[in-house]
Order: sequence, then structure tokens, then C-alpha cells
Amino acid sequence: MLRILINALRTGVVTTRYPAEPNSPPERFRGQPIFRPGTGLPPPEVCPTGAISEHPDAGGSHLAVDLARCVFCGRCAEDQWSGAVATGREFELAARSRADLRIEVVDDDAAVHAKPASDPEAEAARALSEIRRVLGRSLHLRHLDAGSCNACDWELTALLNPVYDIRRLGIDFVASPRHADGVVITGPVTRNLATAVRRTIEAVPEPRIVIAVGACATGGIFGEGYANLGGADQIHPVDVYIPGCPPRPEAIIFGILVALGRLESRKTSTSIV
Amino acid sequence: MIDPTLIDALRAAVTGSVNAETGPRPTDLTVGLSLKDDLPAAVAVLVGQYAMTLATLVATDETATPDGALQVRYVFEPSTPGAKDWFVTLLVTVNAAHPEVPSLTTAVPAANWHEREMRDLFGIVPVGHPDPRPLVVHDGWPQGLFPLRKSFDGSQRVAVEPAEEFPHRLAEGEGVFEIPVGPIHAGIIEPGHFRFTSVGETVLLLDARLFYTHRGLEKRMEGLSPLDAFYIAERICGVCSVAHGLGYCEALEQIAGVDVPRRARIIRSITLELERIYNHVGDVGNVCAGAAFHYGTATGMRLKEQLQQMNERLAGNRFLRGIIIPGGVRLEIPDHLLEYISTTLSEVLAEFDSLMERIEANPSVVDRFDDTGLLQNQAAVDLAVAGVAARASGVDRDARRDHPHAAFMDSDSPRLNVVTRTAGDAMARVTVRALEVRESVRLVGEFIRRLAPGPLRVSLAEPLPGGRIGISAIESPRGEAVHWLRTDAAGRVDRYHLRSPSYHNWPAVALAAETAIVPDFPLVNKSFELCYSCTDR
Repeated sequence: MLRILINALRTGVVTTRYPAEPNSPPERFRGQPIFRPGTGLPPPEVCPTGAISEHPDAGGSHLAVDLARCVFCGRCAEDQWSGAVATGREFELAARSRADLRIEVVDDDAAVHAKPASDPEAEAARALSEIRRVLGRSLHLRHLDAGSCNACDWELTALLNPVYDIRRLGIDFVASPRHADGVVITGPVTRNLATAVRRTIEAVPEPRIVIAVGACATGGIFGEGYANLGGADQIHPVDVYIPGCPPRPEAIIFGILVALGRLESRKTSTSIV
Repeated sequence: MIDPTLIDALRAAVTGSVNAETGPRPTDLTVGLSLKDDLPAAVAVLVGQYAMTLATLVATDETATPDGALQVRYVFEPSTPGAKDWFVTLLVTVNAAHPEVPSLTTAVPAANWHEREMRDLFGIVPVGHPDPRPLVVHDGWPQGLFPLRKSFDGSQRVAVEPAEEFPHRLAEGEGVFEIPVGPIHAGIIEPGHFRFTSVGETVLLLDARLFYTHRGLEKRMEGLSPLDAFYIAERICGVCSVAHGLGYCEALEQIAGVDVPRRARIIRSITLELERIYNHVGDVGNVCAGAAFHYGTATGMRLKEQLQQMNERLAGNRFLRGIIIPGGVRLEIPDHLLEYISTTLSEVLAEFDSLMERIEANPSVVDRFDDTGLLQNQAAVDLAVAGVAARASGVDRDARRDHPHAAFMDSDSPRLNVVTRTAGDAMARVTVRALEVRESVRLVGEFIRRLAPGPLRVSLAEPLPGGRIGISAIESPRGEAVHWLRTDAAGRVDRYHLRSPSYHNWPAVALAAETAIVPDFPLVNKSFELCYSCTDR
């Protein structure tokens, strides 16, 4: 027992200061891909998950990148495209609507901007103020594995470790949906889990928050098919989408705080450099 | 490789003809049996006379070919340490109009789930199988619809039909209770349904129902470019990302006929050991949670976090995704990162050793671990249990030695010390993990010493050769995973099958739980620490 106490004291405080202080991911971290138009962009087929698409417009065509489908593998920034695409280090990517995760890559005389995405902010703000009124600034969440590969689940578990210790932010994971203010869904919602997932969400008292964590739940890599519904929003409206494969723990914290209205969502208009 | 004595033994045992050829790898043997009813006799030769065990079972749909049939491959491997690295495949052809094969399950219990899966996904009926219940497809799946048949369009949604309640395996009698648990669990864990039948606290029976996370990934990969499909293979399971990515790549590289450069092989092996280390350290912490030893849980979580932060610096991803790629590796490990790995590992190992001392010095933890969740050696052998669970029950098997991969293929590769224990309880599984962490840290050091400058990858030119098969066996943190990949005529993925270690180990968890009491189930389960996602795919 004494040894345990000594060991604990020797370890000291290991908890991160994020989000009070910004967090800088390591150099090799692959966050939001940054496209530089006009320098030989990769064709959409380069993306193994179909996150890159091509759209005709007045000037010919342009690319769009859907962060909800992106698994951040870095393939579009490899080899001959390394000059045109870079893997950025931005990880605070959570957004309130699926459309906000779509980035139009438009060439505007070398200066680049993103087209404004559709703006469901008004409705989101209404829902949010209601949620804030009922829940205050604290949030108890129920995790729902809807067919995940377990990576997102491990990162949710990591939020409870001494380093992230998400309880310091008034957020916790609870065992029963009846005790929860919302659910965190990982995985593409498999056919074999659809009923259980639907019933668990319905067991959470309203108003409730639904957060989709990771590429499968935001509608990414595994797609729709005989075994998958193809994303959390196929079974229930989603309040916040957190992209990543898996999103790092700080990215999940960011997304949960967005859901709580304690942080602003990803800024779509300035996201391309 | 044609082994004349084995062929003669098979010929003597069967009534039909035996057609032997080398493959898929030059060291392997594939034996076509003209009569599918000869299967049990041929298997008896492999298992009885050659001490082989079932590695995987792969069904394929050949109805597009002139033969117009289904095929089933029963892949066996040696079970004794020091045996040569080879796979022996028994191949039978099944008429698609009468898709039946004799079941092996009563003679080879490890075939149980394989045969049920084949029945669900291909409609091939294992005649004489003791369990008629579906495995992979759940309630409301239409009869007569087989998703892995080529005629089935995998992108469609299939209506849910009204269904009866699933017939769980139960015990009956006075004072016998049924306890349903899951599929949604109280913690942040993967989904599965456990139906306990108990008298008081004593577990009489445990019927585990899995495949809730069945995502149809094998079907999803069919028709894709093998280079694109890699990203799915790497994502079948989060905590086995490296092992499954590597296994897929090695199978693909056999098909392409390329040799991965030496530096890439060594970086692959370093990555594979780093995956084992963060898994084992985290798992020991999780087992402590099962025994309510919170200091152990918190320490395990903290050390795992430190390792995953190292992963992120190394790979740009906390699960080491993005290092291994078909043809080699996509990231260099420069000297400053090698130094950082060595320092971090020695720091973590010192703290981990101290944690193990605290566990072993804590009588209330040891009391919970000792004799809990017993897996008998014979059961482990019969079920072809893999990895830590096998080695803790005295089964001396490790794919790094038995099927050398990555840097273990090199003639100067470090010698692997396989850790075994015989008790077969939770304590033995924790001990094996702890000693394997130490061994993996040693191996990383050995690999780093052998790392010389050189190219990182060879390119795989598309289209890849058509109609070829690749097979690989990788020792993942949970044990041997067997990958089987075949390309179609256009060089795309025709069929991919993963047999994960958890696939063979889940039935063992049920056996071990039946030696325990209900409140110990979380501890038993965590001491095996299996994946649902790479079992269900």
C-alpha cells in the first residue's frame, strides 16, 4: 500500500491542459488535408474511401473533399501529389452538420477559399439553447458501439484516463441510457445492431444530444450495404460529427464541447490555406 | 511442396482420387479431393498422423467459371513447435445446386464457427453439424439469401423479416436462472450478447452470441483494387491495425511476386512489436479493473497512453495506421525517433515492471486471478486457440516463429523466446502478457540494431497478376491471424478472408467462464481480451 502511494506521488500530475491551452499534434500527425488548387491535384480515384469528388462548374470542374468520409490515410498527399496536397495538422474538425464537413476546392486566382457551406446554424442554435437550458454546462453521455473497429472506443476510454480525465470538464460516461443526456455513436450502424442502437437512443430522455465519432459513424469508409446502414445519421439525426479514423482524444473533447455549445464549431470559410 | 509420404497416406485413406500440387506458397501443399465425402478421412490423416490443426476455412464462389461450382478450402498448419512453415489445403468442389459437405466439427471442434459461417454466407451446408443456428446473420435475415455468393449485390439493403427469438443454448432445472447481458454493455466496450445460465453465482452454461459488428467487410473488398482494399484491411480492427495491415500486405506481395526491402521488413517488425506492447500493457491494466484494483487500472491506462502518444509521433496515428503499406512502409523512422522509441520503452518497461510487482504483492488481486477462468490444455488444442490464451494453457505456438513474417524472415533475425505457462488461469494469461512485453521491448532493441539504410518500398504495378492466391499468418497481439487473398482475372480482389485469433478464442472464453462465477466473468473476459470487430468483420 505504501509503495502504491509513493509511486502515485512520484508520478505527479499528468493531466493535459487542453482545451484551456491549445494542443499541438506531433509533426507526422495527419489532420485535415490541405489542397492547393492549380498545381496538379490528384484525381478522385486516389482516395480509397471516395472522400474526394469532382464537380463541374463554370470554369470546368473543381474538387470537393468530404472530411466525413476521410480516413486521414495521407494517400492523396503522397508521391506526385505531395506538392499539391499536404496533410495538415488541424484536428479540431467537429461540425454541427454533415455539409459543413465538405470542402470545395476552388481556384480563385491562386488565392483559395472555400464556398460557404449550407447553413443550418439557426436551427442548431435553437436546439442548442434548449439543450443548454436543460443540461447546464455538464454532460453525461452513453457510448454506443454501432459496429466500430474498436479504435474510436479505445479513444473514448482514453478520455477517462489520468491524462485526459474528461470528468474535470463536467463530462462523464454513464452505464445506463436512462442516466444520460446524450449518446456517442461509433461505427457504421450494422444491420445486426440497428435495433439495439435505436432502442438505446430512444431510452435517453429528451432533449438529447447525438454525437457521431469517427469515419464509420460520420458516413465514411465502409459505406452502405447488406451489413451496414452507413452512418449514425441513418438511424437518428446527429447533432455533432467528429471526423477522424479514429479522432484523437483532443478532437473528441473538442467535438463534445461543440455539442455543448461551449466551443464554436469548425470554421468552414477559413479552412483552406 | 509435394510431400510424397503425406500424399500416400491421404491416398490410402480416401476412396476417391487425390490431386496434389504446390501452393499457394512454394512451401505449401494443396490437395484436391475428387469426392467431398472423403474429407473426414483426409482430415483424420492430417490431424491424427501429422499433428496438424485447422488454420482457416475459405469458401469461394466459382459459379462464374465453366465449372459453375462452389469450393471450400480447409487449410491446416502444423501444431508442434519447430515444425516447418507450411500450410496444407484440402480443396473440395461443391455442386451449387446441392451445396453440401460433410461436417468436421465433431472431429475437429475448431471447425465449428467456420462451418456455421460458411452456411450463413455461402449457403454451403455442413451435413452433420451439431448446431443448426445461424452465426453471422442475425434475426430477420431472409432465408436462402447468401451474401458472399457472387450473384448477391453487397451494396443493397436487405429488408428485416419478422423473426422468432433466437434459440439460446440453456440449462434447465430447479433454481436455474437465465442472465441476459448485452449486446449493448454498461461500459465503453464492444457489443456481444452473453446468455448465462446459472445456479446462484455458479455459471452452468455461457452462450455467447457475436457478429453484432459484422460489417460485411470481406464482401466490401471484393472487386476493389487490392491497393485500395488495403485501407479496409487496416481498419478491420483498431487495436490489430498493424497486424491485419501487415497480413494483408504479405498475402498481396506474394501475389505480386515482390520482395519487400530489408529496411521495410525491419520497420514492419518494430511496428508489430510496438502494437503488441501497447496492447499488452493496456490489457494488464484492464484485467486489474476486473479485480477492482484501481491503482493497476489507472497505471495501465497511463502507460498505454504514453505508448499511444509515441505511436502518434511515429506514425501520425495513435493506432500506428499509416506506416505499413503494400510493398513496404510509407514512413521512415529517422535516428532521433529510434532514440525516442528506445527511451520511451525503457521508461514504460520500468514502470510496468513496478506495476507487476504491485499486482503480485497484492494478495487480494492474486486471489482473484489465481484459478479464475480455467482453460484446459486439451480444450485449447481442440479449439485451435491462439496467442496469449493458448500459451497460458501450455500450447507452445507463436506465428512469429512458426510462420516467420516481416523481419523474422531474415536469416539474421533475432531469436524469439516464446513464453508459455501451464496453469491456464487469469494469472497465467497476465503473466504471459507481462513477460511478452519484456520480450517485445528486447526484440525492438534487436531490430533497431539491425536497421541499415536502404529503400523503404517497392512499387506494386497494377493490374496485379490475376487468379493468384496469397496466404499469410501474422502473430497479432491476440495471436495468429491467417489472411487468405485471391485476385480475379483482372487483378482485383476476388475473395479475401481473415481468420482472426479471436475467432478461435471466443469459444474458449465460454468454456473458461463455465469454470467461474458470474461476478468473475468480466475478469475472465478481460484476461482473454478478445476483439469482436476482427471476429465479426
